[in-house]
Amino acid sequence: MIRVVVTAILLVISQTLSAQEIELPEGLGDLSTMAQETTEDQALPFDLSGFLESRIGIRLQNNAHEKDISIGELRLQIGVEKEFDSLTFNLVSDFIYDPVLDEHSMDLETGQGFMDMREANIVFSPLEFIDMKMGRQILTWGTGDLAFINDLFPKDWNSFFIGRDDEYLKAPSDAIKTAFFFGDYNLDIIYVPRFDADRYIDGSRLSFFDRAGGGLSGRENPVLADQPDKWFSDDEFAARLYGSFGAYETALYYYNGYWKSPAGQNLVTGLAEFPRLQVFGASIRGPVAIGIGAIEVGYYKSAAGAAENPLIRNSEFRLLVGYEQELAPEFTGSVQYYLERRLNQGKYLASLPDGAIRDQQDRHVFTVRLTRLLMQQDLKLSLFNFYSPSDKDGYLRLNISYKIRDNLKVEAGGNIFYGQKNFSFFGQFKENSNVFTALHYDF
Amino acid sequence: MKNLFKILLVLSFFGIIPVSAMDVIEVVKKANHVSYYQGDDGRAKVNMRIIDAQGRERVREFVILRKDDDNTDGKQKFYVYFNKPADVKKMVFMVVKNMERADDRWLYLPGLDLVKRIAASDERTSFVGSHFFYEDVSGRGIREDTHEIMEENDSNYIVKSTPKDTNAVEFAFFKSWIHKKTFLPVKIEYYDDLGQKIRSYSALKVELIDGHPTVTAASMENHQTGGKTLMNYSAVKYDVGLPDNIFTERYLRKTPRKYLR
Repeated sequence: MIRVVVTAILLVISQTLSAQEIELPEGLGDLSTMAQETTEDQALPFDLSGFLESRIGIRLQNNAHEKDISIGELRLQIGVEKEFDSLTFNLVSDFIYDPVLDEHSMDLETGQGFMDMREANIVFSPLEFIDMKMGRQILTWGTGDLAFINDLFPKDWNSFFIGRDDEYLKAPSDAIKTAFFFGDYNLDIIYVPRFDADRYIDGSRLSFFDRAGGGLSGRENPVLADQPDKWFSDDEFAARLYGSFGAYETALYYYNGYWKSPAGQNLVTGLAEFPRLQVFGASIRGPVAIGIGAIEVGYYKSAAGAAENPLIRNSEFRLLVGYEQELAPEFTGSVQYYLERRLNQGKYLASLPDGAIRDQQDRHVFTVRLTRLLMQQDLKLSLFNFYSPSDKDGYLRLNISYKIRDNLKVEAGGNIFYGQKNFSFFGQFKENSNVFTALHYDF
Repeated sequence: MKNLFKILLVLSFFGIIPVSAMDVIEVVKKANHVSYYQGDDGRAKVNMRIIDAQGRERVREFVILRKDDDNTDGKQKFYVYFNKPADVKKMVFMVVKNMERADDRWLYLPGLDLVKRIAASDERTSFVGSHFFYEDVSGRGIREDTHEIMEENDSNYIVKSTPKDTNAVEFAFFKSWIHKKTFLPVKIEYYDDLGQKIRSYSALKVELIDGHPTVTAASMENHQTGGKTLMNYSAVKYDVGLPDNIFTERYLRKTPRKYLR
């Protein structure tokens, strides 16, 4: 009995000593007076955003075919979004001052010149289950990380290799996108009335191996191409049917158009060509172990007679397997395996003239990405490496960026190409290895 | 024996003995409910001021939409649309918070029109560079800790929570001051193995919105680095009537403006 009373008293004392009284937050003292404050933002009649940046880079070695400066530009991006009742209008345009290129006449298709229009489109829903986007737009689908199988929308390889921001890898399309939402399954249909090619390596900025000429070539002799350009007949069609099974996202893809970068040559005119191409593909993506895994496949059906014609790229099977996970807090890693298999290797070899470069049937590529965030995410370090054991070449992308303020960022990076042969996919760009730095202001 | 009962009864009547009228798990469940599950869905504009030990400030502004799957305080979906800083403007971060497995997360990058699936990260890493963790924003599973009521006073229950898996977290235990009338946690302190306070959360302001007591200003302080983040909520609304399909790829690519205003 005494013990119990003592215990009770001790409890009382201990409670008094450690009484963890705290100040209550504003509003909790008297619940009846709690009321929500309202504030109204003052704003422009449209949404305005954009940035101003300077970016300069140099080659790490002499390149007889190009300037020493790999990039030198001042870029202003203006983005305007205006919403009407049931329609949104988007306009994003870049204005560029670029002393590196020799050619300054403006071409909105290739992005050449002082203006590069990235978006000019309207978005609306004609029916409750349909979204439409018409006009110039950036289009992306598929599961790859800087590797693409079923995403046959135009890429800007020049931007990618000289150190512009990653978003410039995607070049705009002039297209009509219709998206149908049926619930479990959704369908995207994209129609491009006039073929939009990649902004491919043509020598004007980056030197490359010219197989016809048998050597490196650059701005002294840029690629001349015969690009399909007739409205509504030289068109492209792309479709994606997709749906989720639990946490797994699956998709089927179809494309009917042209190889996006030159994949053929006209024997008579000598002009580079874009042979016909159809692609049938599929992908699945979802949680695997403690990360995200993805598999994507595609059958590239090249133009008729491609197998026997050494001047037209053959049909291919492509495979991509990827996995990403967090390695430690603020540290993410991912790996991918990518395969390009030529489907008619025998016919391909038989069709080659004597002395021609004989490519292997398979091109294997492994990629690694490491991203580390530091200092409350103000400092970002990233590394992306492509390595091909079959070509014995690769490409290393390094980037470090630091946010001085919320809207001001400094950045430095490198694009390092390596390889044993000067004609392999990455090896041919060895003399274009470069480093760059940028100052970027957002508004 | 009878006397003992009387003494205890008298003492507890005056609130001086920590014999709680409520089971601890009930307190924790209710606190979890009012913190993360009020209404069937909700919308809020969030302003974050991230201040480091040197006093340098970063600002984040986003709109957060939330919808519960059902009334069990379980699975939820979040849609986070960024307005500031300018370099992440129009980006969308979407999360499906699962009970039985890791959350599913997506990021939409408007410049690339890219819907990126992101590997579920450690829940106890910084949310958008702030001192709040992902778990502070979307809630920590109440079954991940064992709970006990340490004390209670006129206004609060003081609950000590100890993680079942100590390797998964950076703290040894945390103490929550849970307001008795509203069950809102008004203060949470995280301690390390040595009993040092390493992080603390404070609710700074509470308002009654659509009948729900709601924290509209809060802070999270890191006592090890000396930095803190102030979070302010505005335009809070419950039972907005968010359609399920807001949390799908369709609305990652096409901003659902009318719910973000």
